[in-house]
Amino acid sequence: MADSGLKRVAKKLEQGLRLNLEDGLSCLGTPDLVGLGRLALAKRKDMHGMKASFIRNFHLNYTNVCANQCTFCAFHRPQEAPDSFLIEPGEAARRILSSPVEPLREVHVVGGCHPGLDLGYYLGLLKSLKQARAGVNVKAFTAVEVDHMAAKAGISARECLIELKEAGLDALPGGGAEVFSARLRQLLFPRKPDARRWLQIHGEAHSLGIPTNATLLFGHLETPQELVEHLLRLREQQDGTGGFQAFIPLPFQARNTPLAHLGGPSGVEILKVIATSRLILDNFPSIKAYWVMLGTRLSQVALHFGADDLEGTIVHEQIAHEAGAETARGLTVEQLRGLIEEAGFQAVERDSFHRPLVEEQAS
Amino acid sequence: MNLRQAARILDQGRLDRQNALRLYKEADLLSLGQLAHALRLRLHPKPIVTYSVDRNINYTNVCVSGCAFCAFWRSRGEQEAYELDLETLRSKCQETLDLGGTHVLYQGGLNPQLDFSWHEQRLRLMRRMGLWVHGFSPPEILFMAESWGLSIRDLLQRLVDAGLCSIPGGGAEILVDRVRKKVSPAKGSSAKWLEVMREAHLLGLRTTATMMFGHIETLEERLEHMLEVRNLQDETGGFTAFIPWPYQPGKNTLQAPKAGAVAYLRTLAVSRLVLDNIPHIQASWVTQGPEVGQVALHFGADDLGSTMIEENVVASAGVSFRLCEKEMKELILRAGFQPRKRDVLYRPA
Repeated sequence: MADSGLKRVAKKLEQGLRLNLEDGLSCLGTPDLVGLGRLALAKRKDMHGMKASFIRNFHLNYTNVCANQCTFCAFHRPQEAPDSFLIEPGEAARRILSSPVEPLREVHVVGGCHPGLDLGYYLGLLKSLKQARAGVNVKAFTAVEVDHMAAKAGISARECLIELKEAGLDALPGGGAEVFSARLRQLLFPRKPDARRWLQIHGEAHSLGIPTNATLLFGHLETPQELVEHLLRLREQQDGTGGFQAFIPLPFQARNTPLAHLGGPSGVEILKVIATSRLILDNFPSIKAYWVMLGTRLSQVALHFGADDLEGTIVHEQIAHEAGAETARGLTVEQLRGLIEEAGFQAVERDSFHRPLVEEQAS
Repeated sequence: MNLRQAARILDQGRLDRQNALRLYKEADLLSLGQLAHALRLRLHPKPIVTYSVDRNINYTNVCVSGCAFCAFWRSRGEQEAYELDLETLRSKCQETLDLGGTHVLYQGGLNPQLDFSWHEQRLRLMRRMGLWVHGFSPPEILFMAESWGLSIRDLLQRLVDAGLCSIPGGGAEILVDRVRKKVSPAKGSSAKWLEVMREAHLLGLRTTATMMFGHIETLEERLEHMLEVRNLQDETGGFTAFIPWPYQPGKNTLQAPKAGAVAYLRTLAVSRLVLDNIPHIQASWVTQGPEVGQVALHFGADDLGSTMIEENVVASAGVSFRLCEKEMKELILRAGFQPRKRDVLYRPA
């Protein structure tokens, strides 16, 4: 390892010390990609050995109508647009009933902040999904959507989460975090709740026993310092409330957005962010390589750079594909297992709560 | 096998068959990458990655070889069969020059209808237009020599006189006859491929060497291939670069699971370590996609190949990428290296 910053990081890790802002910057700035990867791989092996997990899931986007109009997003539409849509709870249930993935373990539900929906819609959606498939877990609504529906209903986020949980909510996805930077929020997503609010809602969820994920949207206009600060704030929140299951770094998909000229991050930058996340987020159980945005090939490599989970079957991804993602919209269980095993890891099917599933005996 | 154990094997001196196989089979991905990148930095200490602006020109797709892995060839008389006319060639060359290209990769099928004067006309045209012709892989040279009753050396000399400047390393596939008999039985033996390259080097032509892997060959056979290339390089010193290509299965060609990114990076790193006497290792963004191509620059490669103004052979198997020069530079920069445009001989262009 030729790089003195990375040497310092290695030494701190050896001593069991936590990494700080400067260390994070050394990780992101190192010319020694593979050296950084080795540190993250060692940490990942301590936590997960050579296992890499995935889930049989289904991504459902209930609406693309969104009042937030974020600059980096190619998914949102105004309500009057000819290609805007809203899926009623009954239709949502029909879709997951016809999902080709069996047995379906999880439905991942996110959508825009539709100005015309009231809390009853969301509760109805959850109930409908839970009824449609016995035993399926529903991971639904980013903190941004929770904030939106609570404000609309005139209740606190906590009250809202309690109602959602009663209607069947099992976990919150990690979207809407973007980058915890007031500067970038102003530039790119001024109508979204700020970092403090996003973290507060996740903290409330954790205190109610609702596990959550966290994301980072990177590779657009953020500085390395803003990126590392995002990780440090997540770590601090996790120290306090402990309910985060997975961190998912999302490489910016530029196409069809007003930021198309930025082009998105490089393969090297993506691996560095994954490795740095693994090292800084020492209290997050899982780091996901989200194959939809990384591509399946880079996801395989990412398993060697700190990631331990490949998300899941997904079936019909919409958001990243609106922004030009060239990956498949879904993968089969056989494809996921094949990708993991070919990369040199042991494939483990998990449930929504990141618990490994014991292989069911063929009958 | 961890980094220390892998490094200890390298410390024993030049990799022999057995040690190379141990590394290839047992060392973890990142150990291979770190060792390969360290060797790359010893050979090329500056953080520069080269690329080339050129186009592939395929003078004909008519081919009697019938290789099991190829989706490009056609029989004579088929609707899509073609032989490139001079006017089309001229416009392709002009376009290359307009885009800042300095050379063309000029290859084609084994087409018995084309005689020497047909080839000569085209070579002379390309040279007149000021382009370096990197052309005719060994199977084409063998085919022409045999068809016209010339020795390899005489044929090469005639092609050089007509304007040939250097030879691409295609058609090597896997330099093991067991494999060749199965995937490209009409293409000639491993010894013949090496003989063409030896003769070319002796005539002062520089060449590359490729390896198409990930079909029916074993890891041992891939290493055998690398060692054959290394031995010839010890003898002649004529190879500029080694280019490992993962096989791209097409709709109607030999079915094999497509090599994944990890298998690709491992193979790339091992080739850097084994081929200690070959100056450059080329990463293939065309088959890997730009992101894994960028990562490959940290696993032993120091060159990102061509912008591919035109590429037909891999595209016919359903894989299609192209870049403009600006994008190529940006790819290299964002992988952490300084981009430098090069010519066929890897000199700044």
